Amino acid sequence: MSNTFTVDGQEVPFEPGQTVLQAALTADVFIPHLCYHPEFRPHGSCKLCTVEVNGRPATSCTLPAAAGMEIESNTAEIMAKRRMLLQMLLVEGNHFCPSCEKSGSCKLQALCYALGVMSPHFDQFYPDRPVDASHPEMLLDFNRCILCELCIRASAEVDQKNVFALSGRGITKHLIVNAESGRLADTNFAPSDKAAQVCPVGVILRKRRGFAVPIGSRPYDAQPISDQAERFKPVVKEGS
Amino acid sequence: MNNVETFAAAALVAARGGEWYRAIGTSKSTGTKLLSVSGDVARPGIYEYPFGVTVQQVLDDAGAANAQAVQVSGPSGLCVADNEFGHRIAFEEIPTAGAFMVFNKDRDMFDVAQNFAQFFAHESCGFCTPCRVGTTLLKNLMDKIGRGHGTQVDVTEIRQIADLMQAAAHCGLGHTASRPLLDTLKKFRPAYERRLQSLRFQPAFDLDGALAQARQMTGRDDSGAHLENAE
Repeated sequence: MSNTFTVDGQEVPFEPGQTVLQAALTADVFIPHLCYHPEFRPHGSCKLCTVEVNGRPATSCTLPAAAGMEIESNTAEIMAKRRMLLQMLLVEGNHFCPSCEKSGSCKLQALCYALGVMSPHFDQFYPDRPVDASHPEMLLDFNRCILCELCIRASAEVDQKNVFALSGRGITKHLIVNAESGRLADTNFAPSDKAAQVCPVGVILRKRRGFAVPIGSRPYDAQPISDQAERFKPVVKEGS
Repeated sequence: MNNVETFAAAALVAARGGEWYRAIGTSKSTGTKLLSVSGDVARPGIYEYPFGVTVQQVLDDAGAANAQAVQVSGPSGLCVADNEFGHRIAFEEIPTAGAFMVFNKDRDMFDVAQNFAQFFAHESCGFCTPCRVGTTLLKNLMDKIGRGHGTQVDVTEIRQIADLMQAAAHCGLGHTASRPLLDTLKKFRPAYERRLQSLRFQPAFDLDGALAQARQMTGRDDSGAHLENAE
């Protein structure tokens, strides 16, 4: 059998070792996702990329592709579940798009628009999450954190710095800075770090650059994220 | 092999043979099961039964005269109502890991379910979105109904959140966290109904409650300071 599977009837080729999500994005078939990043190992925690494989739910970012899989992604039922997941993320943090400097570049916001989430629906949790403005060049606004762990992975695996970590459990789980003081200023974090580039929402921000690209000219202003699968194609590493 | 129950059973099989062991229990569930009987019973403790024992038999032996429900196999297990006490403990009927929690007729099964909702919100590790947020949403909805502010909309909401958690949670905890709510909704509906408002919808935000602070600050408690009296 050839190395292909189908997503909503569309044939998708894959390389051995690819996950369903990686193969789909390579073939320009967009499956909504947040905690997945093409340069990092799949994480499987946000659950936005949940699909049905031969009728059973599965997380497509961690599911190895196999020939002949019949995958459903854009059904009304699965889309309703994804909308509910986005609403859950909206109420557990403090997300105020109109005053957020990441508006237009934020994957959470972009997915809400693409999937038709027009309100948080649930009652807001309004957690108390103070910002960390201690670093001279970087700002941390924890209010927007969705716990995707991308900064944690980037700081540990690429930057070799381990600046970030998660603490607590359940609904109290939150992003922390690995310093005795808990402040970003007391780490060796730098704006050039990989961890400074990967946040899908507006937690890790360069100070004084918030509006260098004006609202209206940002990646998801012109075109919905669902039409931009090419942005998330897996990066082929040399020698692999 | 990593638990004492299995170790003891294996030792018996080794000593007396598989055929001897297979003669105990039902054809699909051979051997015996340790049940940890707790709750509203005269004689709580660890009981050993051949698979196939009825729930009623266990209740009789433990001295539970007035039982209305048994939570079998823990919070994410099965809530067995009194019209099901004839059912048998066995893999093919009521499977169990051993917990057998008895509730008598003086218990309010809504309170039981609300307690389980709080338990799962506390137990969620927080790794995946549906369980981390879903268990807290379920707890909040149960608390809202418990305060007397719930409506049919909230019951529908519980079912939809449960659907998502069953489909998308990362592990068994999230998949099963909604089971005590769905079970009690099905089997002890009146416990919910008597708490629900007849309104189609009532917001969780209590406007008059929010005025309480203003009343306190201004030292007012006259009729004009209460929302229900507002023109």
